[in-house]
Amino acid sequence: MLTKRIIPCLDIKDGRTVKGVNFENIRDAGDPIELGALYAQQGADELVFLDITATNERRKTLAELVTGIARHVNIPFTVGGGISSVEDVYVLLQSGADKISVNTTAFKRPELVDELSREFGSQCIVLAIDTRFEEGDWYVYLNGGRVKTTTKAYDWAKEAVDRGAGEILLTSMNNDGTKQGFALDITGQLSQNLNVPVIASGGAGTMDHFTEVFENAQADAALAASIFHYKEIEIPDLKKYLYSKGINIRF
Amino acid sequence: MKTAIIKYNAGNIRSVLFALDRLGVQGTVTDDPEEIRAADKVIFPGVGEASTAMQYLQQRGLDKVITSLQQPVLGICLGLQLMCKHSEENNTPCLGIFDVEVKRFQSPVANLLKIPQIGWNNIAGLHSTIFEKVPENSYMYFVHSYYAALAPETVAIANYVVNYSAALQKDNFYAVQFHPEKSAEAGQKLLESFLKL
Repeated sequence: MLTKRIIPCLDIKDGRTVKGVNFENIRDAGDPIELGALYAQQGADELVFLDITATNERRKTLAELVTGIARHVNIPFTVGGGISSVEDVYVLLQSGADKISVNTTAFKRPELVDELSREFGSQCIVLAIDTRFEEGDWYVYLNGGRVKTTTKAYDWAKEAVDRGAGEILLTSMNNDGTKQGFALDITGQLSQNLNVPVIASGGAGTMDHFTEVFENAQADAALAASIFHYKEIEIPDLKKYLYSKGINIRF
Repeated sequence: MKTAIIKYNAGNIRSVLFALDRLGVQGTVTDDPEEIRAADKVIFPGVGEASTAMQYLQQRGLDKVITSLQQPVLGICLGLQLMCKHSEENNTPCLGIFDVEVKRFQSPVANLLKIPQIGWNNIAGLHSTIFEKVPENSYMYFVHSYYAALAPETVAIANYVVNYSAALQKDNFYAVQFHPEKSAEAGQKLLESFLKL
C-alpha cells in the first residue's frame, strides 16, 4: 500500500540552511547537503528545499546546491523559491531536482502551471499555497505571506490542478509556528476533493498532530521544519509512533 | 566494467548517474548504438510520455538496438513500460520484450484514487536475482500513472487499487516500475545486485 509521507523542509539562504541547528552527529548543520542526507538516513520520505535568497546570484548558487544534493541524497526532493519560468525549472531538474514548487509567480500568471506541466509532466510540479483563515474562509496569501488576495485557497488549488499541478503543498499561516497542530479542515477539504496528493504544512508540534492530519484530514504527506531541526521530534520515533497507531508508513 | 545509460528524450538520467556514482560506478550516458552494444550493463531509464519516447528511439534505431541486447538490461519507470508490448498512453506500440499490456490507473470512484501514484509503496512476491538483497515488502519510490499488468514475467508485485507488476524479468531483460535511484537503501541494494549480474 502507498504510504503517508513525512517531509522535513529546509530553508536555504545563499546556499546555507537558515534554521540549521544543534545536530551533534553532523559536522555542519548549516550545510543543506549534510542535513538532507542525515534526514534521508533517518527515514524521511522526501525533502523540500525552499530557497529564500533574494540576490541575483541565487540561480547559479541554487543549481550548484541542487546538484550537490542530488549527488548525496538517495530520496526524492523538491526545490522551491522564486521560480518564475520554464527555463528556471529546466535548470533545476537538469541539476538533479525531482520536483519543483511554485507559489506567487504561478498565482500571478496561472498559465505557468500549464506550461510547466506540459513541458515536464504534472508529477514534478508542486503548487505551494500559503493560506490564512479570516472572515469565515481560507484565503490565498502571496510573497511569503505578506500579500493578501481575495481568492479562496480551495478555488486556486482546484484551478491549479486543472492546469496540471501534480501535488499541493498547503501551508496554514494561522497554524504555522504555533505547534498546535495542522489545519485539519482546509487540508481535508483539498485532500478529499482534489485528485492529487496534498502535503499538509504548518502547526506540527506533537506526534499526534501527524496522526490527526493523516487520519482526520486524509493528508497524503505532512511537512515540518523546526520540530525536526530542533530535534523536538525525531523522524525514527515519529515513524515508529505512527506505525503503532496503524498509519501506513514506511518503517 | 562499462555501464551505459541510454540517452533519450526522457528525464531523470542525472539521478541514475549519481546513484551509480554512490556505488562507485561511473556510468556513460549515450545514444550511440555501438557504445550501448559494447557496454557490460545497460540502464534504460525514463520519466516522460510513451509515444514521444518511442518515436525518439525509432528515429535513432535505438528500438532495434535495445531489443537485440545480450547483456543485462535494466529498465526503470517509463523504461519498463516501453519494454512492454503496448501502452494505453496515446495508444503506443512499444518494444515488446515483455508480452505485457500497460494500462492507466482507473479510480473505482471519482477522486478515490490519486493519479499519478506518488510515493513509497511496498513490493512483494520478489523472485529475481536483482532482489537478492532486497527483503520482501521493502518500500520503493513510485511516480506513475500507467502500470504494467501482471504477467508470467512479473517478478515483483505492488498494489494501487489493482495488483500490478512492480518488476518484470525475461532472460537478460530486467525492469522496475519504481525508481531505485530514489529509493534509499533498498533501491541502492537493487542497483548493486544488477551491477553484479
